[in-house]
Amino acid sequence: MALAVGCRARPGRSRDNKTGSWRVFKPVFDHEKCSKCGMCKTLCPEGCISEDAEGFFNPDYAYCKGCGICSEECPGEAIAMNQEEK
Amino acid sequence: MMEIMEGSHAIAEAVGKCRPQVVSAYPITPQTHIVEALAEMVADCKLDADYITVENEFSALSACVGASAAGSRVYSATTSQGLALMFEVCFNAAGMRLPIVMSIANRALGAPLSIWNDQQDSISLRDSGWLQFYAEDNQEATDLHYLAYRVAEDHSVLLPVFVCFDGFILSHTYEPIDMLSQEDVDRYLPKFTPYERLDAADPVSFGMYATPEYYHEFRYETDRAVKQAKNVYRKAALEFAKMFGRDYSGLIEEYRMEDAETAIVAMGSICGTVKDAIDEMREAGKKVGLVRIRVFRPFPSEELAKALARPKRIAVLDKDVSLGAKGAVAIEVRDALYGKTIPVLNYILGLGGRDVRKRDIAAIVDLAEKGEGDMFYGLRKEVL
Amino acid sequence: MADKNLELFDAGHRACGGCGAALAARLVMKGAGTNTIVVSSTGCMEVFSTPYPETAWKVPWIHSLFENASAVASGIEASLKKQGRSEKIVIMAGDGATFDIGMVCISGAFERGHDFTYICYDNEAYMNTGIQRSGATPYDASTTTSPAGKCSFGNKRPKKDMPQILAAHGAPYVATASVAYPADLMQKVEKAVNTKGPCYLQVHAPCCTGWGFEGDQTIAIAKLAIETGLWVNFEMIDGKVTKVKKVVRKPVEEYLKTQKRFRHLFKPKRQDAEIAAIQAIADRNAEKYGIDIKLKKE
Repeated sequence: MALAVGCRARPGRSRDNKTGSWRVFKPVFDHEKCSKCGMCKTLCPEGCISEDAEGFFNPDYAYCKGCGICSEECPGEAIAMNQEEK
Repeated sequence: MMEIMEGSHAIAEAVGKCRPQVVSAYPITPQTHIVEALAEMVADCKLDADYITVENEFSALSACVGASAAGSRVYSATTSQGLALMFEVCFNAAGMRLPIVMSIANRALGAPLSIWNDQQDSISLRDSGWLQFYAEDNQEATDLHYLAYRVAEDHSVLLPVFVCFDGFILSHTYEPIDMLSQEDVDRYLPKFTPYERLDAADPVSFGMYATPEYYHEFRYETDRAVKQAKNVYRKAALEFAKMFGRDYSGLIEEYRMEDAETAIVAMGSICGTVKDAIDEMREAGKKVGLVRIRVFRPFPSEELAKALARPKRIAVLDKDVSLGAKGAVAIEVRDALYGKTIPVLNYILGLGGRDVRKRDIAAIVDLAEKGEGDMFYGLRKEVL
Repeated sequence: MADKNLELFDAGHRACGGCGAALAARLVMKGAGTNTIVVSSTGCMEVFSTPYPETAWKVPWIHSLFENASAVASGIEASLKKQGRSEKIVIMAGDGATFDIGMVCISGAFERGHDFTYICYDNEAYMNTGIQRSGATPYDASTTTSPAGKCSFGNKRPKKDMPQILAAHGAPYVATASVAYPADLMQKVEKAVNTKGPCYLQVHAPCCTGWGFEGDQTIAIAKLAIETGLWVNFEMIDGKVTKVKKVVRKPVEEYLKTQKRFRHLFKPKRQDAEIAAIQAIADRNAEKYGIDIKLKKE
């Protein structure tokens, strides 16, 4: 790809960087305990938690860094942080 | 239409006719008359621009960066201390490939503080990626602004431009000027079409950072663009000549060089004096000529090598000094003549506004004939 | 009303896991919306979001230099005015760029009254260059240029009061917010963006790497800052405080002991005088802004 004039870029390329590879701990979402409050999605610094058709929430493991904020802040304690199996 | 005008006012009027949408300026001697004249034009609805009275020169150029990136033709002016304060933004603007045009009313850099003319300020930014044009008189200073926008905004260039003219000597002098009409300028300079701009309809990130994997190539591309400006400049100047009859297409200007034994190389208003001195010396039988550098960046290496192939000696006049080395123009002229054995002698003069007279030029030619050069010309020994 | 479902700050950025500033960027963009031009200063946010060619920004974005975001924004504003365009301008700068190196540009831009929103993500030090002290670093925080040592308790100066300084410039809307209260933050962003004139929003963005805590504690610590009175969430309209977040105050120790940057106040020896000095800062904040919830006795 030709070098962009003036070191510029159009949106989208940050997604080439799969930050999920950084993870040490992995969040596991228990939909049984989920009250659908959406706090996890709001507080994720990656913005990689999305709502599914039923209103439950799931992280995009390609980008999830495993920071644990979602788990810490979930009022229903529905998210567990498990050591990643590599 | 010919009119006797102060250099600053002629420049301001020319800039106004270029229809900048944003003018961002901070006052500094001897550029003040330009920015004041532009403010008056805006206040009288003669210029439809947003005039930002910034708090310092650094912000003046930063505001130009923003406005240019957002898609406006912009303008600023400065000199000396103000340009030095803009140092960081100058490199930034060139690297971001923004076609900003800025007038430089050349003035000496402190310390010691001086409000008078020399060319240290703009020459000290020769590494920055800004194109640099130097005017000999006020007509040229005025016309070079139209050329500057044309060249800067060309999509194969996209670089900022310094239009340089000697402070006080040109900025505050009244000369007859043939001002183009608004219709003329509109014909020559079309509406600004940015290559890209900040636009919610087509988002772009400007000014990202480059890792070692990419930085080298970005610098190469910018260097290429500066060099590419030679052809764009020539074309733009030839078109200007066709439309208005004044030909600035030479990156250099040769005066009585055909059989010159001593060639003087210089930039700016000093060349008017040099030409008069040459005429006098020619009357007395001395074969002297002048090569005036009009476009300093991109540096006209090939053009100089060709023009300076035949003289017996070259006297480069520098209204600047790269302290501890030599005059910057002399160093670059020498580089252009690499491999040739013609002596290139450097004379530093006119610093901090010291007047250069015809007799000084004659004295320098005498010194050059004796092979005496590489000096601060005309030191006042009684003061040392 | 901005569409809160849009992620205008994309994943794949290189912020540390748990980064308060990254969260702030996401939330700010939800408050601002797509019709926004973002002006960034050099700093963590700019660096982790735009290594060529990977940009995380889905709105037009520009970075020039460290100190000149306000001046660049002034130019953009002038240009948009002349072009008759409607995009809102949002500056996002760290505390270093805002409190220190950018002071001159900010003061000039606010004095001229340009129409933009200035958001300072405050992680209380120069984080991107490795945790050096800024004008926003709180009293006694240990940073690499104000380290705690045998003859120092860390940063010797209190936090510069930027909100008041900018209110004094005549800013029509000045507010503070925190990633701990995202709905409040987004609301304030929306208000600032829709208020004509130069508006300022200072967002507390705890930094796990710089302050020394685990990334999952970012929200908890941001809440403690407010609950202890060391950070006050308030709004000012035309220079007058109109809204304040009230709390049942906790002693500052509960906040300080969570972060390595204050560890020297507890280990090897508990520094009662220093902790008391910090408590006094919190008490002064409480009095100045009236944050204490008065519990009524039945």
